[in-house]
Amino acid sequence: MISFKHVSKSYTGTEKAVNDVNFEVEQGEIVIFLGPSGCGKTTLLRMVNRLETITEGSILINGQDIGELNEIELRRKIGYVIQSNGLFPNMNIEENVTIVPDLLGWDKKKKHKRYKELMQLIGLDPGEYRKRFPNELSGGQQQRIGVVRALAADPPVMLMDEPFGALDPLIREKIQDEFLQIQREVKKTILFVSHDIDEAIKMADKIVLMRDGEIMQYGTPSDILIHPKNEYVSQFIGRDRAIKHLSLRTIAQLQEEIGLVEIDQSIVDSKQVNVHENLKDTLAMLLNQEADQVIVHDDNDEVQGAITIDRVQRYLHLEMRQKPAQSGGKEKVME
Amino acid sequence: MNQKKIIAIIVRILLYAFVIGFFVYAGVNGYFSPIFEQSDTFWVLVGQHLNLVIISSFLAIVIALPLAVLFTRPRFRKYEWIASNVANLAQTVPSLAVLALAIGILGVGFKPAVFALFIYSVLPIFRNAVAGFNSINPDLIDAGKGMGMKAGQIFWRVEVPNAAYAIIGGLRTAVVLNIGTAALAYYIGGGGLGVWIMTGIELFDNAYLISGAIPVTLMAIGFDYLLRGVGYVISPKSTRQTADTATTT
Ligand SMILES: Nc1ncnc2c1ncn2[C@@H]1O[C@H](COP(=O)(O)OP(=O)(O)OP(=O)(O)O)[C@@H](O)[C@H]1O
Ligand SMILES: [Mg+2]
Repeated sequence: MISFKHVSKSYTGTEKAVNDVNFEVEQGEIVIFLGPSGCGKTTLLRMVNRLETITEGSILINGQDIGELNEIELRRKIGYVIQSNGLFPNMNIEENVTIVPDLLGWDKKKKHKRYKELMQLIGLDPGEYRKRFPNELSGGQQQRIGVVRALAADPPVMLMDEPFGALDPLIREKIQDEFLQIQREVKKTILFVSHDIDEAIKMADKIVLMRDGEIMQYGTPSDILIHPKNEYVSQFIGRDRAIKHLSLRTIAQLQEEIGLVEIDQSIVDSKQVNVHENLKDTLAMLLNQEADQVIVHDDNDEVQGAITIDRVQRYLHLEMRQKPAQSGGKEKVME
Repeated sequence: MNQKKIIAIIVRILLYAFVIGFFVYAGVNGYFSPIFEQSDTFWVLVGQHLNLVIISSFLAIVIALPLAVLFTRPRFRKYEWIASNVANLAQTVPSLAVLALAIGILGVGFKPAVFALFIYSVLPIFRNAVAGFNSINPDLIDAGKGMGMKAGQIFWRVEVPNAAYAIIGGLRTAVVLNIGTAALAYYIGGGGLGVWIMTGIELFDNAYLISGAIPVTLMAIGFDYLLRGVGYVISPKSTRQTADTATTT
């Protein structure tokens, strides 16, 4: 668990890049720092591994004040990924990936074994890439190497500063998916900087929404989408917040709340969809196909019923009107 | 592209032909005779020349590299321009003036010659090393720090390997210049192949001139290739491009 306690940072003396920030991150969660350029995301992140000093307040990892730890040892236990990947051009891929194990004094065999494991994690052939240099890889491959390099010594905490920000949208989405897949296995506590709201909604367990060094709202993506705390937050997430929110909900959840509709037999040639499909894509399907219904089946291919635009809309209204029940506890921290 | 290649090849062949022709011409006319007839003197002069070059270059490296390291540390980076300007100024002083100055301090002979050559070599070595260190992407240093590398580890495992190609480039420039300039050591009794070259010039004696100048040229070419080879061996291919762009700007 990571706790930020009244953390402030000023570079110049007067202006505060980070201003009295308070929140807690649970073990195994992805928390995304979100906000416009210059709002202090990177600064906040870099205080965790002490690349920046903390002007006021403290950061605790599992109850330990990081200010009291040896900074070299602290950093070796925290994975660090940056946007420009930071791979060393003078080292080949294997040397790059195993740099932290090497610093920790692992023997050759153990390092090589770990290298192979990590490459398999991202589906790159360990033998083929071993002796290559970073500039002989595509941008996407370099970034993935950057991610597994940070995972190499199996640190409990990862800091990632816009790790996928420089990639083109298609590759970015693929790597996000792959990363979520990896995270399901490794369950790291991840602090992640982004200025892309869609990325945050997709990847985050919690979002820290910032402005001018201060936290505007801290909560789950659906919390923030459904119950923006103030004008700034609702402006930031945009007018399409309702649609964004649909990407967080599945047909199964809709079915549980309000049920599906009977299949209208008079409509021929209806599309089929899995019950775990998210509602945003389902809605897109309904709109694009100009179909009045989509037939829903479960994992065993058994037909559950049908879903219509109307149904999605009703569910959305219900959701948006709900009280902020699930987030009450977390927001207290900020008040 | 292809046309350029063909032209480059033609130019190279013409050049080789010219050089070979020159050697044949010089050989036929007996211009290399001093090398064979006075081979003892010849090897003494070659030895002196090499000593001048190697000792002065060595001193220049020992002074310039640590200074380059110092002035590229974050704390001292802002003073780098002072060092560069001082070194630049030293470079603009004419060779003979440096020699005169050296005589003033150290008298005549081998020592002032080494001193003058040293002054000349410091700048290119310093400048290229500074450029090499400055060309390193700050993100690399940040990544190294963030992963828990100590300052020394960042220096030796990230900065030096990535700046190596540029540093060697500076050495190359300095040593090659140095070999040519060392011919002037003759004026202050520093010895070296300059003795024959200058004698040849003064007496209009092509044999002495060529017997001195050709070995100097070959020496410069030899060192150039040697150091180029060292640069290729010690720096991975991937670090060369950035180094090249850094030194040409
Ligand atoms: N080294 C520094 N010295 C002085 N001021 C700094 C320094 N680093 C950042 N700042 C200032 O602190 C504020 C926050 O910067 P920070 O880099 O944390 O923003 P960010 O949210 O990461 O922005 P971006 O999305 O552009 O990366 C900015 O006003 C910035 O100008
Ligand atoms: Mg940033």
